[in-house]
Amino acid sequence: MSVLVYIDHTDGEIKKSSLEAASYGAQLASQLGVAAHGLVLGTLNADLPALGKQGLQKVHQVKNDSLNQFDPGQQAAMVAEAVTNLGATVVVVSNNVTGKALGPRLSARLKAGLVAGAVALPDTSNGFVVKKAVFSGKAFAQIAVSSPIKIIALTPNAFSVTNGDGSAEVADINLTVPAAKIKVTGTNKIKGQIPLSEAELVVSGGRGLKGPENWGMIEELADLLGAATACSRPVADSHWRPHHEHVGQTGGAVAPNLYFAVGISGAIQHLAGVNRSKVIVVINKDPEAPFFKAADYGIVGDAFEVMPKIIDSVKKLKGK
Amino acid sequence: MKILVCISKTPDTTAKIAFTDNNTKFATEGVQWIINPYDEWYALVRAIELKEKDPTTVLHLVNVGGSENDAIIRKALALGGDEAIRVNLESQDSFTIASQIAQVAKDGGYDLVFTGKETIDYNGSSIGGMVAELLDWPYVSLATKLELNGSNASLTREIEGGEETVEASLPLVVSAQKGMAEQRIPNMKGIMGARTKPLKVGEPVAVEALTSIAGFELPPAKAGVKLVPADNPEELVRLLHEEAKVI
Repeated sequence: MSVLVYIDHTDGEIKKSSLEAASYGAQLASQLGVAAHGLVLGTLNADLPALGKQGLQKVHQVKNDSLNQFDPGQQAAMVAEAVTNLGATVVVVSNNVTGKALGPRLSARLKAGLVAGAVALPDTSNGFVVKKAVFSGKAFAQIAVSSPIKIIALTPNAFSVTNGDGSAEVADINLTVPAAKIKVTGTNKIKGQIPLSEAELVVSGGRGLKGPENWGMIEELADLLGAATACSRPVADSHWRPHHEHVGQTGGAVAPNLYFAVGISGAIQHLAGVNRSKVIVVINKDPEAPFFKAADYGIVGDAFEVMPKIIDSVKKLKGK
Repeated sequence: MKILVCISKTPDTTAKIAFTDNNTKFATEGVQWIINPYDEWYALVRAIELKEKDPTTVLHLVNVGGSENDAIIRKALALGGDEAIRVNLESQDSFTIASQIAQVAKDGGYDLVFTGKETIDYNGSSIGGMVAELLDWPYVSLATKLELNGSNASLTREIEGGEETVEASLPLVVSAQKGMAEQRIPNMKGIMGARTKPLKVGEPVAVEALTSIAGFELPPAKAGVKLVPADNPEELVRLLHEEAKVI
């Protein structure tokens, strides 16, 4: 019996969302009184024994460069074999871009119930019930998993990374490598920016900023805070900002610790993408903007007057 | 080329979210139903574009649900597609739905199965991957572009902080999101034509659900916004640092 955590990585490093999954898996294992193991497919530069800090006891690795790329069919077959070999009863993946493909494939392969987008540890007092966000963050559902093997895809930024002082044993594991069916031909990453999906802090701008030339203050504040930048749908549709920054019902959904919205009215479709943020700040000159109802802090005022003062104040705070 | 597009029925994006029966059922009273936007705007419209490019393409829609879903299926047919198949099964969990779709895909000999990246009600993002696994086909998730070249597909998909381009051979399952196509409004000809397009009802295959919904809850109500005067924005920074402790 064990909990097996799938450790996702990119550019040789473990993704933060996987460190969250490892922390979650280790806490779940201790709740169940079983061992917490990790599985790494591929090669990386990261220090794998350090996964002991998140509470994993052992990390199994298939060292094979060809496994570093996206192929959820190949990954699912290998994870399924590892689950059988290791006798795992729960598999934890991050519900990130990899997990959203791997989790469902693995679920169908093992006939194992999947909770996609878990936000809390399971309630195991009576069965196995996991809380997840539904209706685009407007509600939560308790999902009861009835199959012998369970798969949990953990929402990024919903669970804190623990940092203990353990060290994990790392061992090679021999798994059949099926032929790849997907060929990655290129990647295009925006260098030096924090990916929106992994950001703990987000500064976002809307139509109230009047044009792309006014984004300097959004970028400056984001830079000072170490935050990612985002925008509303009209802004992305007008090509003021790239589409990958669009947050909302049809764009990306984020759940950062701070969502700082400037000049965004807060249409219900926008709220659907941000309402799981822990703290929401709204700067808008319209006191009737619906976003204020969803906000924790707000300023009714002109962004062009307020933002420079906020930036100065943050500079002082950061000692810059 | 035979394409199958999965169509899900979801509450309208502005629907009030409430629950009945001791918080175990979604309160459907007064709810407007729509085609799941990701299925409609991205998966279906891109499939229609592919058919416009190559008119020999056969385009079918599939939905899993009861006859109350027919209105939504007709709406989808008004946008495009030759016929629709509704598998007559009250939806249980993702796995039971995916099993029905996989069976339809297998029986119909399709080359490409399209889904939206997720539904806006259960946000599972699960159907595409499960269908792919059940069929043993490759799956490209969160795709923003798709071009076909014979039996090869070139796609762009989202990754953290960017995108990557991938290639795969048909048959293939794709989940589509923003970028794949632009929303279309059905025209009168489409709406009239949709009435006479075949809407076949199929019987489900027996599959046991792996999960069930034990209950729902609404997030705790926000305490209300704390407004800071516009002439003292420094106070906001202080509150975020000392009270909320987020910066």
